[in-house]
Amino acid sequence: MDSKKYKPQMGIFWWTDRWSSIKFILRELTSVAVAVYSIIFLFYVSSILQGKKTFEEFSESLKSPAFIALHCFILLCLVFHSITWFNLAPQAMVIKLGEKKVPGIVVALMNYAGWFFISLAILWLVTNLLGT
Amino acid sequence: MSQEKITLEVFRFRPEQEDNPVFQSYEVPLRKDWVVLDALNYIKDYLDGTLSYRWSCRMGVCGSCGMMVNGTPVLTCATFLQKFAPGPIRVEPLSNFPVVRDLVIEMTDFMEKLKKVKPWIIRKDNQEGPEGEFIQTPSQLADYKQYSMCINCMLCYSACPVYGLEPGFTGPAAIALAQRYNMDNRDEGQEQRMELLSTDDGIWQCTFVGECSEVCPKNVDPAGAIQRYKVAGATDWWKSFLMPWAKP
Amino acid sequence: MKKHSEPFWWTLFGAGGAVSALFLPILIFLTGIAFPLGWIEVPSYDLLQKWISIWPARILVFVIVSLSLFHWAHRFRFTLYEGLQLQNYHKIIAIFCYGSAIAVSVYSFYVLI
Repeated sequence: MDSKKYKPQMGIFWWTDRWSSIKFILRELTSVAVAVYSIIFLFYVSSILQGKKTFEEFSESLKSPAFIALHCFILLCLVFHSITWFNLAPQAMVIKLGEKKVPGIVVALMNYAGWFFISLAILWLVTNLLGT
Repeated sequence: MSQEKITLEVFRFRPEQEDNPVFQSYEVPLRKDWVVLDALNYIKDYLDGTLSYRWSCRMGVCGSCGMMVNGTPVLTCATFLQKFAPGPIRVEPLSNFPVVRDLVIEMTDFMEKLKKVKPWIIRKDNQEGPEGEFIQTPSQLADYKQYSMCINCMLCYSACPVYGLEPGFTGPAAIALAQRYNMDNRDEGQEQRMELLSTDDGIWQCTFVGECSEVCPKNVDPAGAIQRYKVAGATDWWKSFLMPWAKP
Repeated sequence: MKKHSEPFWWTLFGAGGAVSALFLPILIFLTGIAFPLGWIEVPSYDLLQKWISIWPARILVFVIVSLSLFHWAHRFRFTLYEGLQLQNYHKIIAIFCYGSAIAVSVYSFYVLI
């Protein structure tokens, strides 16, 4: 018997229906922040390679309020990216030590520890090697 | 003593009388020990015998009473009315599936997909197995046990926007079940399943929305299963790319 | 299985996701906020110049930048499919996303190495 069926369609803005979907789309959109900042960072490094004058001009332009605001916004996106990334890591990475599975929370904490360590190391490099 | 009541707004679709679904409201007693399925049974028995829906075990094992309750896919036998007081409660068929009638969805697509991933033990020697039994340690059992808890209730398909947008997507439960057999030390079918699941409709369509694992009543974690599958698939790919001479 | 390119892009996406999650927040905090606002003194130009003239430092910058771009390319491609239901244009979108990531990576390779 082939009676007619009702076929629901997903609206184009389906991801506004639920808070979890909004969070998902925001998580995916942090990739834009990742791309934008990686290009800014590339410019930053290449300005150093191009000489003192270029670097100082570029550093000066970064002081404009618009740039600061943009960077604060991107930082928020990047932190959201890091947190969501590390929280999901245990589901993709199952580590076994001998017979036992390492609990997911430990895997996530290892990720956070790596984040913390790398951030601290870079901060230490920049502040302690200043002028040496 | 007057009995407290709660309103259920139930999705109705009767193909012989309407082209588009409508919602019909029913007032049912709000009893502390009643789940949504009890309310539907009350409607069926006392208010409107024409309402169609699937159910069987009433204890979260058969996987047939899955519906959308206030927009979330749940097993109606495990969802208490009290949680939604004072109501109303909106009851709809599982999303992402065609609706046959009222709360009954068409599940053929899922059944086909399930079959396609070969969710059984595959042996290369094509024999029954060793004399006697396969030996399996508790740790080897633990490797796949979580994925074997799936009751095929399809809540995960209903929660998955990728499946809603791309009906060809193999989907959470089927991939988790493929993983259940891949992780079983008695199974030798990983390669066959990888061939099926590394195609366009397989694991690479998943974007790790994660909702499937959120709604799973059995904590199967299909999202995790798919990501682990991707790790395995990527490892295979790089192996065959860097060492094409090596046998997989 | 080799014919299928999805695992390749996914690997870059995953590596880029991890690298960007680990490195980018502190870098943007320094270059975009702490340095311009004077919270932390900018290392002298000569010192920065000295650091960046080291090979491994430039390779690290290249790896961070290009993997981050591939992370974006893969994720954004699927965001367009899902968020705006553009699956029908999957070829153009894939070429645009991966193409721009490749282009900028090549440029950064040229600049840095």
